Amino acid sequence: MANMIVRTIEFIGALIERPVMALGRVFLLFFSVVKNIPKPPFEIRNTIRQMLEIGVNSLPVVLITAVFTGMVLALQSYTGFKRFGAEGLVGSVVALSMTRELGPVLAALIVTGRAGAAMAAELGTMRVTEQIDALETLATNPVKYLVVPRFLSGMIMLPALTVITDIVGILGGYFVTVILLGVSSKKYMTATWSYLELQDIYIGLIKACFFGAAFTLISCYKGFYTKGGAEGVGRATTGAVVYSSMTILISDYFLSALMF
Amino acid sequence: MIEFHEVHKSFGGKHVLQGVNLQVEKGESLVIIGGSGSGKSVLLKHIIGLLHPDLGQVLINSKDLSALNEEHLNEMRKKFGMLFQSSALFDSMQVWENVGFGLKRHTSLSDKEIREIAVRKLKMVGLAGIESVMPSELSGGMRKRVGLARAIAMEPELLLYDEPTTGLDPIMADAINDLIKKMNEKLNVTSVTITHDMKSAFKIADTIAMLYNGVIIEKGSPDSIKKSQNPIVRQFVEGRAEGPIVIEGIEA
Ligand SMILES: Nc1ncnc2c1ncn2[C@@H]1O[C@H](COP(=O)(O)OP(=O)(O)O)[C@@H](O)[C@H]1O
Ligand SMILES: [Mg+2]
Repeated sequence: MANMIVRTIEFIGALIERPVMALGRVFLLFFSVVKNIPKPPFEIRNTIRQMLEIGVNSLPVVLITAVFTGMVLALQSYTGFKRFGAEGLVGSVVALSMTRELGPVLAALIVTGRAGAAMAAELGTMRVTEQIDALETLATNPVKYLVVPRFLSGMIMLPALTVITDIVGILGGYFVTVILLGVSSKKYMTATWSYLELQDIYIGLIKACFFGAAFTLISCYKGFYTKGGAEGVGRATTGAVVYSSMTILISDYFLSALMF
Repeated sequence: MIEFHEVHKSFGGKHVLQGVNLQVEKGESLVIIGGSGSGKSVLLKHIIGLLHPDLGQVLINSKDLSALNEEHLNEMRKKFGMLFQSSALFDSMQVWENVGFGLKRHTSLSDKEIREIAVRKLKMVGLAGIESVMPSELSGGMRKRVGLARAIAMEPELLLYDEPTTGLDPIMADAINDLIKKMNEKLNVTSVTITHDMKSAFKIADTIAMLYNGVIIEKGSPDSIKKSQNPIVRQFVEGRAEGPIVIEGIEA
C-alpha cells in the first residue's frame, strides 16, 4: 500500500518534472533578457531587422485574415441581429470584437506561426552548429545579441500589427454591412464609434504587447536550448509554435478577466 | 597560463573527462592528440569557459574560470581566439563580417577598416576574393580557413585550434601548419591545438599531450612522444589498428 503511494507520487513527479524545469528555464531566460536590455551596446541594427522580419513579413497574411474576419463577423451578427431588428448594432459588434479580442489574438497567432517558427529554427540551427558558442568566444553575450532584439521587436510590432488588424477588420465589416447588405454607411459608423471606448483599444494593445513578449520568449527559448541536430531543430520549431499558441490563447482569457 | 586540476566532465551518463591534469605555459604551443570522441573538443571548450567542470578547476592566469563573472570572462575572451572543429561561421553574415565580428563589437574601427583587416587575415589563410561571399557557398576546407581568420583577427594572446587541418588538402594543410607556427613565434602567443594529423602535431608542437580514457596519459616534447614506451601512445602515433586501443564494433 505504502509502496503504491510512493510509486504514484514518483509517477506524478516524473510527469511534472520536465514541464516545471522548462518553465523555470523560460523564467531564467526572461530575467536574463530584462537584465540585458539596459546594458550597452544596444543592438539597434539587429532590433530593426527583427522588427521588419516580424512586421513586414507577416503583414500580408495579417491583412487577409483581418479583412475576412471582419467580414464574417458582420455577416453573422447581421443575420442574428436582423431577427430582432437590431441590424444597426453590427458595427459595434465588429468594432468591439476586433479591438478587444480578435485583433490581438489573430495577429499574435499569425506572427507566431511565421516569425516565432523562424526564430526557433534560426536560433536552433545556430545552437546545433555551434554559432551560439562562437558568439560567446567572441565575448558577445548571445542572450543580448540574439534574444533581446527579438523580444523587443515582438513587444513593439505586435501592438502595431494589432492596430492594423483592428482597422482592416472594421473596414471588412463595413464592406459587408454597407455595400453587400445595404445598411446605411452612417448607421454602421455611428454604431462603430458610439460604443467603442478608448479602454477597448488599449486593453487590446496591452494584450498584444504581452503576446509579443510571450511568443518571442518561448520561441527563442526553444531555439536557444535545441539539442540533437536537424531533427532537434524541427522539434524546437514545432514546439515553439504549439507552446506559444497555447500560451496566447490561455493567457488571453486571464488577461481579459483581469482587465474586464 | 592554463592549468587543469583534476577536471571531470560528464554528459548524461557518459564520463568524458575523468580527472584531467594539464599545464600550459605562456608562449607554449601544446598539441593534444587522442581518438575521435575521446573528449578533446570538450577539453578545449573548458579553456574558454564554454563548458565548466563538474569537478575540479580550470585556471587561466591563476584565475578560476567558473568563478569569474560575465564581464571578467568576456574581458578575458577578447584576448582569446578559437577555431571550432565545425568552423561555426555565422551563416547570416558575409565572410568579411564573420572575420571582423570581434573587431566590430569590441573596437571603434569603421566598417571600411574592418573589411581591410578581414581581407588581410583572409589572405594569411590563403583565401582571396571571397570576402563578400556567404559562408554557405564555401567548401568545408574554405570554411575552416575563414574560421581560422576569424580566430586570429583580434591578434589574441591565446589561440585554440580544434582540428585546423582536417578537411584540407596536404599542401594547404602544411601552409596552415606554417601559419600556426608563425603565430606562435610571435611574442607571448600561447596555443592549444587539437589534431589527428601526427605530421602537423610534430611540426607545430613544443609539447604533445595524449588524451585517452578521459585522462592525459602522456605529455612531453615531440621527441619524447616519438620515443614513447607507452604502447597506447605508440599505437596512436604510428597509426596502427592493432594494439591496446580497442575500436568498438570492429573485429580484430
Ligand atoms: N554538449 C554535449 N552534450 C552531450 N554530449 C557531448 C557534448 N559535447 C560532447 N559530448 C560527448 O562527449 C564525447 C567527447 O566529444 P568530443 O570532445 O567532441 O570528442 P573529440 O575528442 O572527437 O573532439 C562524445 O561522446 C560526445 O558525444
Ligand atoms: Mg573534436
